Amino acid sequence: MSHAFPYLTVLVLLPAGGALGVVLLGALPGVRRVVLEWIGIGVALATLGFAIAMAAQFSTGTGGFQFVSDHAWASGVGVKWHLGVDGISLFLVLLAAVLFPIVLAGARTRSDARSFVGWMLLLESACIGSFVSIDLILFFFFFELTLVPSYFIISGWGYARRAYAAVKFFVYTFLGSAFLLVGILVLAFLHEHQTGVLTFSLPALEHTHFAGATGILLFLAFTAAFAVKAPLFPFHTWSPDAYTEAPTGGSMVIAAVMAKLGTYGILQFDLRLFPQASVDLAPLMLTLAVVGILYGAIVACAQRDLKRVVTYSSLAQMGFVALGIFAFTSQGLTGGVLLMFNHGIVTAALFLLIGWIYERRQTWQVSELRGLQAPAPVLAGVFTVAMLASIGLPGLNGFVSEFLVLSGAFLSHRWWAVVATFGVVLAAIYLLWAYQQVFHGKVDLANSRTRDLSWAERVVIAPLILVIVFLGVYPKPVLDRITPTVNGLVAQVEAATHTRQPAVARSGVAGAEAAASGRAGR
Amino acid sequence: MIELAAAVSGSHAGFLTPHIRYLAILPEIVMLGGAVVLLALGSLVQRNLRVGVATAATVAISLGALGCSLWQWADVRSHGPFTAVDHAVVVDGFSALVNILVSCAMVLTALVADGYLRREGGAGAELHVLAMVSATGAMVMGSANDLIVVFLGLEILSIALYVLAAFNHRRAASGEAALKYFILGSFSSAVFVYGIALVYGATGSTNLTQIADFLSKNVLSSNGLLLAGMTLLIVGFAFKVAAVPFHMWTPDVYQGSPSPITGFMAAVAKAGAFAAFLRVFISSFGLVRTDWQPVIYALAIVTLLVGAGLAVVQRDVKRMLAYSSINHAGFVLLGLEAATARGVSASLYYLFAYTFMVIGSFAVVTVLGRRGDAAHDISSYRGLARRQPLLALVFAVLLLAQAGAPFTTGLWAKLQVVLAAVHGAVPLAVVAMVSAAVAAFFYLRVAVLMYSPLPAEGEAPGVQPAAEEPVPLYARAGAVATEPAVPAEGAEPAVSTWGTVGGRPLWTGIERSVADIEHLNAGLLLDGDPLTLALAGDGGTATSESRLAAGALAVEPSGAAPGRERMLVDTTTTGAGGGTPGDYSGGGEGVAVDVAGVVSAGRAPVPVLTAVAVGLCLGVTVVLGFWPGPLTSFAHHATLLFLP
Repeated sequence: MSHAFPYLTVLVLLPAGGALGVVLLGALPGVRRVVLEWIGIGVALATLGFAIAMAAQFSTGTGGFQFVSDHAWASGVGVKWHLGVDGISLFLVLLAAVLFPIVLAGARTRSDARSFVGWMLLLESACIGSFVSIDLILFFFFFELTLVPSYFIISGWGYARRAYAAVKFFVYTFLGSAFLLVGILVLAFLHEHQTGVLTFSLPALEHTHFAGATGILLFLAFTAAFAVKAPLFPFHTWSPDAYTEAPTGGSMVIAAVMAKLGTYGILQFDLRLFPQASVDLAPLMLTLAVVGILYGAIVACAQRDLKRVVTYSSLAQMGFVALGIFAFTSQGLTGGVLLMFNHGIVTAALFLLIGWIYERRQTWQVSELRGLQAPAPVLAGVFTVAMLASIGLPGLNGFVSEFLVLSGAFLSHRWWAVVATFGVVLAAIYLLWAYQQVFHGKVDLANSRTRDLSWAERVVIAPLILVIVFLGVYPKPVLDRITPTVNGLVAQVEAATHTRQPAVARSGVAGAEAAASGRAGR
Repeated sequence: MIELAAAVSGSHAGFLTPHIRYLAILPEIVMLGGAVVLLALGSLVQRNLRVGVATAATVAISLGALGCSLWQWADVRSHGPFTAVDHAVVVDGFSALVNILVSCAMVLTALVADGYLRREGGAGAELHVLAMVSATGAMVMGSANDLIVVFLGLEILSIALYVLAAFNHRRAASGEAALKYFILGSFSSAVFVYGIALVYGATGSTNLTQIADFLSKNVLSSNGLLLAGMTLLIVGFAFKVAAVPFHMWTPDVYQGSPSPITGFMAAVAKAGAFAAFLRVFISSFGLVRTDWQPVIYALAIVTLLVGAGLAVVQRDVKRMLAYSSINHAGFVLLGLEAATARGVSASLYYLFAYTFMVIGSFAVVTVLGRRGDAAHDISSYRGLARRQPLLALVFAVLLLAQAGAPFTTGLWAKLQVVLAAVHGAVPLAVVAMVSAAVAAFFYLRVAVLMYSPLPAEGEAPGVQPAAEEPVPLYARAGAVATEPAVPAEGAEPAVSTWGTVGGRPLWTGIERSVADIEHLNAGLLLDGDPLTLALAGDGGTATSESRLAAGALAVEPSGAAPGRERMLVDTTTTGAGGGTPGDYSGGGEGVAVDVAGVVSAGRAPVPVLTAVAVGLCLGVTVVLGFWPGPLTSFAHHATLLFLP
């Protein structure tokens, strides 16, 4: 293990190095922006290459951390450079690695390409770093580091109310992180008190005991940061502004990758570190999740702005993720992890397409768009696929994950699942309505000149569409890698809390998966 | 160790003078002696000593003191700590670290002050000498083992600083700052002395070791005297470290003092005062810590919140940094409140990290203050990244480090004090991190301003600067002696005009006369932006290219079409308000363009030595941010050797 290729360290450092390179190179006179953009794309593609190589070597049988690299770093304070990837984080790393080249290629900015590419690559570094850190302080460092580039991306290249949106975004998430840091330090202190060792390593801290309400309080401190980041209802109020005002690339990355940090944190840290508190507070979290699903869906129905529709649908989707997590069944958790990945792909595709519509029409208002199908059939077709995946149409990736989440939740928390199902119906309503308004109908003069997707744009969006269709038809490779980790996690929670998931759920996701594929095949 | 001690038995004189081990106070001797020699040299030479000479001497002396401190550190590591001068001075890891810190700060300050003095036309060695004297005071405070010596150090530190605050005698604000600092400072010194007296009354000694000894052997049945004494000491220290509610002087003094001195004050005065604060309360009053911990607890909470909260509403960057330094003081108080070895080590780490961040930040502020050291309004930072990208980047990194961004010393420092605080004071830790979130907001505000070339719509709440009312910029194309460009009297002109600023169109007046074009909103104009004004007529095009600058300026044409007369463009800024400016006269047509303000005048020159100092600060902040091991073990060892 120690002599193996340090995939994770490379994945973390490569984009950061690329960012530095782009910024330094851009300082030279006479370097054209296209060069910088292509260097950015090249670095992101190289990162993707390493991520794919790692995923190919990822062994499916085990649930623990793989490709672990563990080095002393700040030994004086017990912080280590401790990276590892498991079935939960693997696909989030892949998600980031897939999306950043697409963002850099598809959502270019008009001004200051050097800074934009630099910030984007730094953000990629920070996102991947968060997903693979096992040391809590290291995780916190990367978690915080995501804020700086995203703040600058929103405030530098955003739309009209960007300054307000960026500040709101920053203050909300930073406040949440404040609780997270104190929580981490209290946890490490308790662990040190019990064992005499000051460490921030996740596997070591899992064995910390909590007296009284300490576990609950720590869970809340951690969850404050994660719920803001996800965002989960009612901590979501920064997201409509940030998602809407951010430039297309920013929206894609923040909604598709960064938001996953929240739910990832809940899965990886809350559940492992505070299993008892997680189970105790599951009803609360499930309720928030379901309220988020319905609230997001209902508000999305009322939006007249394409970008906001997707924003609120994101809120609903993150609610589904939380529903799957706090169901504490294998299906639910697997579905949650898969949904994180799928939602990332689908949302990125939708934001990208909406960004392209804006480039052509300078508006997101549904009322001003009409009949785009006629002048831009390819755009309409691609949009249809992404939208249907978001709704959860069988045969596309959204369905598999949503189905797993709902069936997992149904087994353990029936009524929450029943209510949440209405979210799926509402999703169909608002997305189809928006689609109908924008693409159908008689095209008017202003819309008739809308350019269809260029070849470059088709190349950029094609990977996302391929993933959407492939995972809808054949999700097995992904599920094979997620399931062992999730089963391990469920077993860990059950052992710590003396609970058992329903027997049906214990048969694993195989049954549900078969059902999903069967449905999809029909 | 070589014994250079001069033992004066003195018994025959009937007055017992202590045995002085000069090696124990070598860094202080080097620093103070160097200052005195430099001062003497300055007064002996006929003319004022040249700034360069003074700076070189100061840097050499400070490096000498640094060498002595490092040697002390190595000595303590191998032979253990000891007291000297009749137990009034202690040499341990803690004092060595403080000496190292102060020496480094002195080197950096000398480098920054050099550029400042050259720019402001100062001469002589006074500023350097005073700073070195002040630094000596901080060193004395760090190694004092007696309350009287602490007071001695405090006064040496302060009195030099009072003068330094008034150093810029051309600015009234500087004198005002000094007076304020002096009056409040001497008041707090008096309170401090009173505290010493009461502690002496309660314990029978001013020696820190003996006080601790007394408290460990006696249980005070009525400890009112001791409590009162400790309270007064806390007040005295809290004043020096600028803890709320004893912080009132800080914003005014930080704003009024010359910028390099402000950085010095923030770093050295705080380091010295905190060193003594930590030593007195942990080593002497450690046993009665339950008596004073709640006071520090409350002090820390208000300091953190007020510092961060009031910094948000500041428009002057120096004031903002003053409040931010108050916030930082609150963080250091966390380590003191914990009253553990980890707490002391964390506080030391924080002071060390903070020193480099704050001196670096104020060095940039010094540069951007420009001649007169007055351009500190936050609006003058707008668009800095376009004018001086490197400077903006450095400042942004230093500010982010102060905010506690990952991979800088700032976050490591915060992490350690909060880790110390969660041992018994979790709510305090939460308040600290929430205040850090607020603080991050205003650091970022400056950073974003530097990187935003155009006025952001809906600027952050509460930040809408009054000075960004549209200031009309009158550009007039006049005295153009070309036939087609300037029409004859009364004739309808057939001329097109256009202008661009910084590549953005200012106006295009195709088929419009110059006179028709008024009040075009050009957005924000940056100083140094290339300005192109053009007139095109039948006979060709006359273009004038120049750069905008605040204030009136006449622009010479550069690209006038061949064979044409030259075109003269006057660019004049006036205060807010429309209409024709008073100084607008003469022939030619006027074009009034509303702009959001012309931002300061071009690039601020960065002296080489200042650049070196900023580079060092940045290097320490970033390198130790990625690799914090050395400094944490450094601070850790300093605490282990700490004499109780």
